[in-house]
Amino acid sequence: MMTIEEFIRKLEEEFEDIERGVLQPSTDFRTIEDWGSMHALIIIALIDTEYDVTLTGADMRSVTTIQELFDLVKSK
Amino acid sequence: MLFEEHGIDKKEIDFLLFCTEGLDYKGPATACIMQERLGLRKSVGAMDVPMGCAGFTNGLVVAKALIESGQFKHVLLQTADIPSSVIHPNDLELRMLFGDAGASTLISASEEKGIGDFIVGTDGSGAQDLIVRKSNTRTPVDEEWLREHADAGGMVFGRMEMDGLEVFSFSMREVPKMVNQILEKNELTLDDIDLFVFHQANSFILKMLARKLQLQQEKVYNCMEYMGNTVSASVPIALYCAQQEGKIPQGSKVLIAAFGIGFSWSGTVLRY
Repeated sequence: MMTIEEFIRKLEEEFEDIERGVLQPSTDFRTIEDWGSMHALIIIALIDTEYDVTLTGADMRSVTTIQELFDLVKSK
Repeated sequence: MLFEEHGIDKKEIDFLLFCTEGLDYKGPATACIMQERLGLRKSVGAMDVPMGCAGFTNGLVVAKALIESGQFKHVLLQTADIPSSVIHPNDLELRMLFGDAGASTLISASEEKGIGDFIVGTDGSGAQDLIVRKSNTRTPVDEEWLREHADAGGMVFGRMEMDGLEVFSFSMREVPKMVNQILEKNELTLDDIDLFVFHQANSFILKMLARKLQLQQEKVYNCMEYMGNTVSASVPIALYCAQQEGKIPQGSKVLIAAFGIGFSWSGTVLRY
């Protein structure tokens, strides 16, 4: 089973414009600099390919922190 | 152009399907008007198929069924859409994505099985995620709407609204599944397919579908840079462009799959 550290590493790999160490479990991803709708699409795509879970738009809107997103993916 | 390029005698056409979400009138069917304007014979069947992004493949389902019924030999499938007429000038995201276009395709009876078996799908629970508001009988344009949209000429044909996240999520959920079902139904594997021509929704979706299906990007045709998402015309335009670029040599197997508003999706394998 993946850990949240691995999950964050995957997100960092996907977002080339985000510096390492910026993302923490408690980070509200909407407060990340230059956050946009494209990032939400990229997260859905990443989670889909890595974990075979397709989050809906409503799923994405129901979470604010990376920990919550991680828990949501794990619960699916 | 189709008639000229392929030396087609239009009098041979015995059925006309017009696929669009931009019909001229509630009545008569635009296909009837097109019969006269195209100079088709009077013994032609003419019907509208009001479908969006999956319009071409859904139209092809009908065209193939008409021919296989043994009653018709040459079906003309016209696909054309004018998304610009329902996009608010301030909706930059939508303006960036969509383009107006049309395509004509002739489907003819043949001894060879050029069009494979279809997979179709529908999920009306996604209707609100991509919709043209105030566009017809259920919620007609009213005075308040016209006032609200006065700066955009009233948006008298309605206004397209899209929940990009839900539409993307739907595409990632259903399209790879559909591709695998198409292959299974036609007794083929991913490696048998020479080119994948998906509905040209946007480049990001095409890239992500390729990634999820583990396809090489070169096998997933993309002509987005020329015209954007042209709704029901996107697949036949992409097929035409790919052919012009020499990417569909004789003997190729091309998997086509379209998906979008509805939600609606369908696809098959074409043998060239």
